[in-house]
Amino acid sequence: MALLQIAEPGLSADPHQHRLAIGIDLGTTNSLVATVRSGSAAVLEDEDGRALLPSVVRYVQVGIPEVGVEAQLRQTDDPHNTIASVKRFMGRGLKDVPGAAATPYRFVDSPGMVRIDTRAGLKSPVEVSAEILRVLRSRAEASLGGELTGAVITVPAYFDDAQRQATKDAARLAGLNVLRLLNEPTAAAIAYGLDNASQGVFCIYDLGGGTFDISILRLSQGVFEVVATNGDSALGGDDFDECIYRWIVEQAAIADPTVTDARLLLSLARKAKETLTDHDEAPICVTLSSGQAIDLVLTAETFFTLTASLIAKSLAPTRKALRDAGLGVGDIDGVVLVGGSTRMRHVRRAVADFFQSEPLTNLDPDKVVALGAAMQANLLVGNHKTDDWLLLDVIPLSLGLETMGGLAEKVIPRNATIPVARAQEFTTFKDGQTAISIHVVQGERELVGDCRSLARFELRGIPPMVAGAARVRVAFQVDADGLLSVSALEQTSGVQATIEVKPSYGLSDDEIARMLNDSYSNAQTDMNARNLREQRVDGLRLLEATQAALDQDGWQLLSEAERATIERAMETLRVMLNGQDPVALKRAADSLNRATAQFAARRMDASIQRALSGQRLDMLEV
Amino acid sequence: MAITLSESAANRVQKFLDQRGKGVGLRLGVRTSGCSGMAYTLEFVDETLPDDITFESFGVTVLIDPKSLIFLEGTELDFVREGLNEGFKFNNPNVKNSCGCGESFNV
Repeated sequence: MALLQIAEPGLSADPHQHRLAIGIDLGTTNSLVATVRSGSAAVLEDEDGRALLPSVVRYVQVGIPEVGVEAQLRQTDDPHNTIASVKRFMGRGLKDVPGAAATPYRFVDSPGMVRIDTRAGLKSPVEVSAEILRVLRSRAEASLGGELTGAVITVPAYFDDAQRQATKDAARLAGLNVLRLLNEPTAAAIAYGLDNASQGVFCIYDLGGGTFDISILRLSQGVFEVVATNGDSALGGDDFDECIYRWIVEQAAIADPTVTDARLLLSLARKAKETLTDHDEAPICVTLSSGQAIDLVLTAETFFTLTASLIAKSLAPTRKALRDAGLGVGDIDGVVLVGGSTRMRHVRRAVADFFQSEPLTNLDPDKVVALGAAMQANLLVGNHKTDDWLLLDVIPLSLGLETMGGLAEKVIPRNATIPVARAQEFTTFKDGQTAISIHVVQGERELVGDCRSLARFELRGIPPMVAGAARVRVAFQVDADGLLSVSALEQTSGVQATIEVKPSYGLSDDEIARMLNDSYSNAQTDMNARNLREQRVDGLRLLEATQAALDQDGWQLLSEAERATIERAMETLRVMLNGQDPVALKRAADSLNRATAQFAARRMDASIQRALSGQRLDMLEV
Repeated sequence: MAITLSESAANRVQKFLDQRGKGVGLRLGVRTSGCSGMAYTLEFVDETLPDDITFESFGVTVLIDPKSLIFLEGTELDFVREGLNEGFKFNNPNVKNSCGCGESFNV
């Protein structure tokens, strides 16, 4: 007989009317499915008791593709047909795929989204993702003993409309009814907010396999409000693996690793990273296809140094989110760590240092998002009383349209809560103008050229009038999934035009990533400039000190040759001071430091001698 | 006669109550719907009702209304796993026949 779950008071389902709802965390590296049973959220495991499904799909000659651990195991042998981290390609055109050349896949550019050539034919990232979702769906159906009513699927807060739409399409392809898409950090907040009944302002630091998201949320009386989001859509655990991989290649002097070797070394890199979570050393031993044997030990310290810049990279968007929210570090009551990468000790330490408080880690960082999604799904299908909590989500990037002079006019500002509808009136520019072209853009910059173009459409049939007389009301509407529709209505005549921004997957518009990380890259430029300036100050100080020392007792303490060496190093430093390269400048300063080390030691001895001469031993104050 | 929980069911119920953070016990009941006459209900209890009949089983309070008790007298609630699925099962001696899936029944 059917197995029953405990319902909330008064909410027992009728027989055969169970509303089974799941939450899915469709991750770059791993995916999970969770549900709420008898009032508690739990991650569903497979037959072998594994909760995490590696987001890896391997296409075989005939039949159903392998998904998960089996596929992951074959990744090394069959790199072209085994697709990992497909989330990075969702809704992307070929030139928007970050590091396409570094992957072993045979990408085919096609209108809309990139395709991957596998032995089972061309596959779009949507199809690959659907395979992962299909496995999770059947796991859920087996676990819940029935057909699913619906699913909530999480996406990074930074996913743009194309990526969100691609995710929805993948779910539909997998036969799932998408109740809504939910931002991952918001899902994490739900999991923590409900389970721990927290109140206050919280920051969700989510470092996953391939994406970094930071969100600032206000929780009070069980109500969530997302006050700001930011992130980096190309930063994650994979980059840490990559760092270790490059270190191995450099240390072992591997000239040109084959695709197979590269895969093998990458998986060893990942293993080493995981080992360093609770060990101080990780051995890396392997024999490559060339016969070269590698036997290295990576210490935690080296690893921390290698990847310090990656952590710094996550703190820039964090600062920006705080700024957007108008908050300082001191206003944050708690920090939640999400994503397997936050298990790394130096990540935890960096976050704790930044916020000057210990982050919350009492839920499994891998499962938090799926659990929150399951709770949201449970609510949406009506298994939970809805007045208990309310969820507000925000627009990650401002939405607007192009006005004369190529300026971007923002209609819905960034961080507005969704669903949202805003309208603004525009008018004609010329006498007798009968049409208006509406160009919908997304971004924070003031010029349209710097924003991302989402759609264009025209409103025709405006009766000829003098310039400025027409009243065109343009309404932007964003639904609960963050998908946009824009309509334009000329109010004197009633002519109307509407567009659903099911954005062209193509992203023919350049560099979403650049746009998203714009603030970050500016910060980097500033940082470099500052670095250079600091090095200059240090260098000048060193030159002056050296010169003064040489003038004082250089002739007594140095031979001609020694003096010449120091002067050469000084000259090099002088040249570098006028350059723009902080690294070269630092190197020059360091080499002057080394050149004067002996001199400094002798000066020290000499001054001690001077101080001591003519003194009686017992008179010395020691 | 009484209503009982198996030990595994009681442990589960206690765990769910703890995680939920509120609730005084578990309510068992029947209602007249479903394809074969009656259907079971299983709910958390936040407020007891004046007519409720109370049982204790492995430390868990079980509540039931007098009308439902007629059809549930002697029932043991068990917690079972079937493959990946897990949940509660009514072992009800009063049942004469039930629909294929067992979600509704006749006495």
